[in-house]
Amino acid sequence: MHLARVIGTVVASRKDAGLSGMKLLLIQPLRPDRAPQGRPLVAVDSVGSGVSEEVFYVRGREASFPFLPAEVPADAAIVGIVDHWNVG
Amino acid sequence: MILGRVVGTVVATRKDERLVGAKLLLVRAIDPQGKDEAAHMVAVDTVDAGLKDRVLVVTGSSARMAAGLKDTPVDAAIVGVVDTVEVRD
Repeated sequence: MHLARVIGTVVASRKDAGLSGMKLLLIQPLRPDRAPQGRPLVAVDSVGSGVSEEVFYVRGREASFPFLPAEVPADAAIVGIVDHWNVG
Repeated sequence: MILGRVVGTVVATRKDERLVGAKLLLVRAIDPQGKDEAAHMVAVDTVDAGLKDRVLVVTGSSARMAAGLKDTPVDAAIVGVVDTVEVRD
């Protein structure tokens, strides 16, 4: 899993049926010092997160697992809202 | 998922038999502001996207979760046509 900040929202009316009802959020991956790491990406939300929250997300096929048995075509899913983290 | 823009079509007569009938589009990655990025990819379209549409692309093994792509040899699928992207933070 990786840390990220939710920076926006994405709306797509025409989409795969497996994505209907899903909240699509724009997230910016973060380094532990909160500096941006890499490009923003779109993730489905499984925990009710919102803009400006710090979250952790899972990539790959596992991103669809929170929604089982539904088959959701997602390769990134927010699976936790982070209260805080410590380094060192 | 990444944001992209449809920049072309791909035609391949000889291909894996599980790809027969699949619509292949050439997609260029864009940033949330719509600016072009370097990456291009060939993606299977499952939502009837068209040229210049902003789209949502799922990559890797998750692409096979899109409608009609079970057990097909694909690693990128267009799963949405984007209406709006709002950056608020």
